[in-house]
Amino acid sequence: MEFGLSEEQTLLQDSVSRFLKDNVTLDAVREVAAGDTSDANIWRGLADLGIAGLIIPEAQGGVGLGMLEAVVVSEALGYHIAPSPFISSAIVAPTVLLAAGHTDKLGDIAAGNLRVGVAFSEAIGARLDAGVHISDDALTGKLLFAFDAHADAYLVNGPNREIFWVDASTTGLTRRSLTTIDKTRTICELQFNKADAVPISEDAEVMQAGIDAGRMVQAADSLGAAQAMLDQAVAYAMQRKQFNRVIASFQAVKHLCAEMASQLEPCRSLVWYGGHALSEQTADARLTVCHANAHLSEVAQFVAKTSTEVHGGMGFTDLVGLHYWFKRIGANRQLLGSPEAVREEAARLQNLID
Amino acid sequence: MDLSYGPTFDAFREEVRTFIATHKDQQPKHGAGPKSEEARSWQATLIKNGYHSRTIPKAYGGFGAEPDIIKSRIIAEEFSAAQMNTGFSGQGISMLTPVLLEMGTESQKQQFIEKTIHGDIIWCQGYSEPGAGSDLASLTTKAELDGDEWVINGQKIWTSTAHISDWIFCLVRTEPEAPKHQGISFLLFKMDTPGIEVRPLVDMTGSANFNEVFFTDVRVPKDQIVGQRGQGWQVANAILGHERGSLAPPDAAMTRLNGVIRLMREETVAGERVIDNPIFRDRLLKLQGRVLAMQYNDMRLLSAKINKQTDTQLAGMVVKLIGTELRHEIECLGIDVMGEIGISYEDNPYLRGNGSWQYQYMYFLGLIIGGGTSQIQKNIISERGLGMPKEPKIATVGA
Repeated sequence: MEFGLSEEQTLLQDSVSRFLKDNVTLDAVREVAAGDTSDANIWRGLADLGIAGLIIPEAQGGVGLGMLEAVVVSEALGYHIAPSPFISSAIVAPTVLLAAGHTDKLGDIAAGNLRVGVAFSEAIGARLDAGVHISDDALTGKLLFAFDAHADAYLVNGPNREIFWVDASTTGLTRRSLTTIDKTRTICELQFNKADAVPISEDAEVMQAGIDAGRMVQAADSLGAAQAMLDQAVAYAMQRKQFNRVIASFQAVKHLCAEMASQLEPCRSLVWYGGHALSEQTADARLTVCHANAHLSEVAQFVAKTSTEVHGGMGFTDLVGLHYWFKRIGANRQLLGSPEAVREEAARLQNLID
Repeated sequence: MDLSYGPTFDAFREEVRTFIATHKDQQPKHGAGPKSEEARSWQATLIKNGYHSRTIPKAYGGFGAEPDIIKSRIIAEEFSAAQMNTGFSGQGISMLTPVLLEMGTESQKQQFIEKTIHGDIIWCQGYSEPGAGSDLASLTTKAELDGDEWVINGQKIWTSTAHISDWIFCLVRTEPEAPKHQGISFLLFKMDTPGIEVRPLVDMTGSANFNEVFFTDVRVPKDQIVGQRGQGWQVANAILGHERGSLAPPDAAMTRLNGVIRLMREETVAGERVIDNPIFRDRLLKLQGRVLAMQYNDMRLLSAKINKQTDTQLAGMVVKLIGTELRHEIECLGIDVMGEIGISYEDNPYLRGNGSWQYQYMYFLGLIIGGGTSQIQKNIISERGLGMPKEPKIATVGA
């Protein structure tokens, strides 16, 4: 029996972390956030490490690893709040395309030459009457809060949870960037006016598989981001002095840090198991994904608030940059389903709702 | 990630199941006291077959098996699944026996271990005092040497089972001049020694789960000491860690949570089942997520024990803090689900689950405080887990 990461999985996390530490510094994040540069170089570097094709089979040009490896990588990406289309292009899109049996684009995705965004929000909970309808084999309507404003193509939710492929350059598709609190990732609105779309799947299970995979790595992203915030809180408290002592020696501050650590540490096991369960398609996989996602939303939110408080006034400023982590966690909480919505799904999976 | 115990353990699991199937009717009846013949004979059967005191050497009355974490886990799993009586527990078995095995003299091992695990000697633990709770090392119950005897004066509190115990293992101050951690000794003595008075301490549940124990010129033979004079703190700390995590096992939390689900399906408010109320349902699901995290945390700890990994120190430290708070909230939801019915207690005809929801709700508040309060746990987690400094000492205390 072995519950934990294998040597290979630890090495994978280490190598991704090393790349991120060198290439995704806070200054680099600021440049992307300010719009001075895109995340293209970072994604190129990650793709060269195999991350774009992490879960794509070797036969299709990928690395052929599973969802446990995906959460391990995602945790590192969250820790460094790496700007990248990892969730959409490396996880949700390949999961959907593989489940639907559309393998022709996977090689380009794996190579990092094709970025695929995802517009599934309306399948989870439509806002503002967003949605598309089909007429003359083309899509009309709008989809909100789609992943990745720089994608080359999108997988989009149809009127009945079908999935379509739409090239970003398709006539009749207008893309509008939506500014959010989280500037480490790009979100957009897709407006369709008789835009050509290629059917990918009519099976609601295919979309669900994509959403599950996305939620799982999103939970891992929040885990990593929250761990980074905890580490920064402890480090700051160890050097900040007031009343002639480091504030880390005050019980009030220590207890805040202990509360963060004790809520966060068990999350690591839940996230690992969720990745494992998805890889192995265990009977409790979907339920575990829902719980991991919703629970990490709650714990990471607590850590985000508490770590900021430990930093005192500095935590509230732009100077230390802590807010980038705070906002990444805030965005993760809402995208792919708010914790309340995800818990309702968990209830439904257990037949707790008639 | 490999969650199976492997095929080599399947045979062992079969063996345990066979034992359970063939011995189920020999279990003592519910409520059979620890001194009853049926409880004692069941205990002997468990030890003889390796289902209690499994790794205690045969020379001291145990089963004498090599320690095997997975086998112990399989036994616990199968006994729990079959709701099988697991034999005697208590502080003599869980706390003192490991101490004696590690630090006792040969004659102490011979004298006490076999009788303890067979239930011939029931022990209580004399640690906490009215003035020494979280700061246990400041205890003031004193023992002075007079010829060949210790003379003990002072008071202990929170002493579970003192009223039915035959012996006590007790921390006393023997070197009043030494620094507080170096002036304590670990003594063993009989509870019927003249000068001992036990008063039951009724707690908020209405039960007397604890006692106060008073010592007035209690005379104890000099050699009834474990370790050297002044080493009592180290002796006690060798095992205090054993107690904490076991106060809040996540599997038990999940069992209670499933009880809440049953309750929510059965109870109705104005004709509507509580499970159909989205507010209660969300509370339930939130708790379920938290329990799941603790279950996988537990699995990680088990795996670390089996594979001798050392990166789970923090994961282990949080179990008592999170587990007891979590359990308190689960019991609270059980009560809230019932509303007014939830305040029923004792002989109320509308009582649910034998009154266990209110009882456990209060009992777990006791566990949040006992065994190292939540605040002490947070000190431990921040200091030993996160490397934060201790609070500086104030030079003059109570001056």
